[in-house]
Amino acid sequence: MEKGSHQHHQQEGHHQESRHDGQQQESHQQENYRQCSQAPMEGLGLMGTPMPYSDATTAHGGLRIPSGCAISGIIDRTGKRMSGERIIQSISVMHDRSNGLGGGFAAYGIYPEYKEFYAFHIFYNNLSAKRECEEFLEAHFDIINLSKIPTRKVKTITDEPLIWRYFVEPLQTKLADSQLNEREFVMRCSFKINTSIQGAYIFSSGKDMGVFKAIGFPEDVGRFYKLEEYKGYSFTAHGRYPTNTPGWWGGAHPFALLDFSVVHNGEISSYDANRRTIEMYGYKCTLLTDTEVITYIIDYLHRRKGLNGYEIAAVIAAPFWQTIERMPREEREKHEYLRNVFASLLITGPFSILVGFEGGLMALNDRLKLRSMVVGEKGSMVYMASEEAAIRVIEPDLDKVWSPRGGEPVIVGLDGGESEWL
Amino acid sequence: MAVNYLYPEYEVARNYDRCIACRVCERQCANEVHEYLPDANKMTCDDSKCVNCHRCVSLCPTRALKIVRSGNTYKENANWSRKTIDELYKQAGTGGVLLSSMGNPEDYPVYFDKLLLNASQVTNPSIDPLREPMETTVFLGAKPQDIRRDNFGRLLTDIPPHLKLSMPVMFSAMSYGSISYNAHESLARASEALGIFYNTGEGGLHEDFYKYGKNTIVQVASGRFGVHKDYLNSGAAIEIKMGQGAKPGIGGHLPGHKIVGDVSRTRMIPEGSDAISPAPHHDIYSIEDLRQLVFSLKEASNYTKPVIVKIAAVHNVSAIASGIARSGADIVAIDGFRGGTGAAPTRIRDNVGIPVELALASVDKQLRDEGIRDNVSIVVGGGIRSSADVIKAVALGADCVYIGTAALMALGCHLCRSCHGGKCNWGIATQVPKLTKRLNPNIGFKRLVNLMTAWQHEIKEMMGGMGINSIESLKGNRLMLRGVGLNEKELEILGVKYAGE
Repeated sequence: MEKGSHQHHQQEGHHQESRHDGQQQESHQQENYRQCSQAPMEGLGLMGTPMPYSDATTAHGGLRIPSGCAISGIIDRTGKRMSGERIIQSISVMHDRSNGLGGGFAAYGIYPEYKEFYAFHIFYNNLSAKRECEEFLEAHFDIINLSKIPTRKVKTITDEPLIWRYFVEPLQTKLADSQLNEREFVMRCSFKINTSIQGAYIFSSGKDMGVFKAIGFPEDVGRFYKLEEYKGYSFTAHGRYPTNTPGWWGGAHPFALLDFSVVHNGEISSYDANRRTIEMYGYKCTLLTDTEVITYIIDYLHRRKGLNGYEIAAVIAAPFWQTIERMPREEREKHEYLRNVFASLLITGPFSILVGFEGGLMALNDRLKLRSMVVGEKGSMVYMASEEAAIRVIEPDLDKVWSPRGGEPVIVGLDGGESEWL
Repeated sequence: MAVNYLYPEYEVARNYDRCIACRVCERQCANEVHEYLPDANKMTCDDSKCVNCHRCVSLCPTRALKIVRSGNTYKENANWSRKTIDELYKQAGTGGVLLSSMGNPEDYPVYFDKLLLNASQVTNPSIDPLREPMETTVFLGAKPQDIRRDNFGRLLTDIPPHLKLSMPVMFSAMSYGSISYNAHESLARASEALGIFYNTGEGGLHEDFYKYGKNTIVQVASGRFGVHKDYLNSGAAIEIKMGQGAKPGIGGHLPGHKIVGDVSRTRMIPEGSDAISPAPHHDIYSIEDLRQLVFSLKEASNYTKPVIVKIAAVHNVSAIASGIARSGADIVAIDGFRGGTGAAPTRIRDNVGIPVELALASVDKQLRDEGIRDNVSIVVGGGIRSSADVIKAVALGADCVYIGTAALMALGCHLCRSCHGGKCNWGIATQVPKLTKRLNPNIGFKRLVNLMTAWQHEIKEMMGGMGINSIESLKGNRLMLRGVGLNEKELEILGVKYAGE
């Protein structure tokens, strides 16, 4: 896509026009798409709902897709809500870091009126998947509200699935029967749907937050979802540059589990060591992307093992032994303990990630800082992005800007807020 | 005159133009192959006594000697190999069980040689170990189940007893008795210098070596030779030997002629008596009995040392390992069918057990499938020949490897596979004083350190190429492996993809 055309979308007025063009093009593209996406893609389990891989298949690793990317994040520490417009502007500066094969956003604080309920964002390939999924939801949850997620036509975004949103709370009887805590129950239900209902995929399941993602350049994805109409205290964004594409919307970032979400740039060399470990703890890696495995690791360490953000960083981007040896005794013992106990969750290879969670944002680089990541501050605002330009475009006059060192987490919480991450 | 059915397999080829009749070969050969003929001022030799240990070759000052395959041949027969025919004649002549030593030398597949490693290109940078830290430290032992904190929310960092190693290699069990005092000293000092561990084997621990305790694993085997409370508490870990790759299902036999002096005292048995370890532990007839021994040893050592259970790689190895992982053991060691021995019945060594690569892949998968991989670390031995084998074993799922044969080769062993004769010309597998003194522990220890240092460099290079800067990120990372020349079933068991996939 040419630079000129994506700038069109930033002005409402041009939309009619581009939609018109788009529709003609769309039918043409759809035909091509169908041709290339049928059997071979489905055979890889990457079209539609990912197949739950049998053990024999996962042992062989399936098809894994390396990708490069751009990421950006914003948070207002006062908790004041801002429009999604700014994050779109920020990520669009890094257009060349993605290739149109995936973009997305996570937005926090966007559903204040439903903040007691889990917000499920679901892709459906067809109506029968929707029926089947809704049957499951009704059997396990009270559905407080449901609707299509509003979208607008964008020329470059085609072949969209049905995209629905549900605000739900677990049925108390089902929850009690399951003997699980509420969050674990919700997570397992969402896993269940994603692995067993063909053509249905829950890509967002947290409270007072939502993920919006698609195949396309991130700025187009933002327009598509009308992100500028949402107001949140924190946003993350991702533009994807996969070196091979699954052509599936669920494969775009952010990757989310309950209220926390991950956007990631990098290709980790520890992938299979991490995957085989995390699968032992009950996670099923069906997307075969690095981001999926990183997300599960963070979920495991935080939700199941109770580690805070700094401790998580000390596991996945652990300091080198030579650094640990120079630490004061107590610190040294802590780091040695974490590296020993969670040795198989160390992540090596280049990555920069932004983790969004209820009430905060965390940025982390791999231990050697093999991917770029810049943090900027202005008043109560904190910005984190792959490139400084993506910060300057929305805040030229920063109080402070720096590149966090490898393995050194930057964790920002809301003022006065308490979080298990801090 | 009696018929001699056996013609020597090897011949000593002497270049008489070079030989100066210095008689070094004669003095060096405990097998009495070489003989000086004073009248002719000439060396001669009896090839039939030669075990092809290369001692004379290595010490000949004029390089006048080499050992060559004997040209003598039986009538060619694809079904009856020379080895098979010779063995049959030997048994017909003696009525005895054939004995062998070292690891299985037969032509079975070597899976390590059918696995290839990955390297980074473009999408992910390789890492240069000369410029960036490259970490090979590993911990062996059970991981704690729960994270605990004090009242201030600080992590409580006490964990079950474990071993910390500078690199994922240890020297495997070789008893004092089967190998010499000097060999043990070399292993102990090298372990200390390297920050790794050596293993006493079933022969007790010589009192001189208690000072290397923090780098020592003490073994408890079915004969319980040399086991007492101080011994159990002298090392860093205790290993229960249930089986050995070279001879699964049978015990051990150290002949009385090796039970002399300090060996006898260390084993706590009379001089000259055969040390016969029974096939099973007579207090372990089932998995629950094993659990009792594990906890007896933990009691005896006040729960301060990890307990290793070593088994031979046999058909049902993954189920057995699963039982061990639930027995309270902290580490399971798996010894493949290539593993060495000081003496084993030839038929057992060459026909029992399975390749360690397949055993390891199955065990690692089984323990993960059952969610108990964190209960134990996995150590594999029996077939590790190089740093590449170490890397491949780790990528298949091992925490660490044991090397025995490779370590002895660093000390001079030439794989003549005659340890059971007790006349090791290299001073390793012998107790004959004039032979044992040939192994200088000052040199032996240095050669072991050299070998491990070289391997560590190579491990770091290969890791860096894969973009991995800490060894734990390689553990079980089977996507870093690709198979060549393997069938579907082998790929499935190894859990690797074919090259090009």
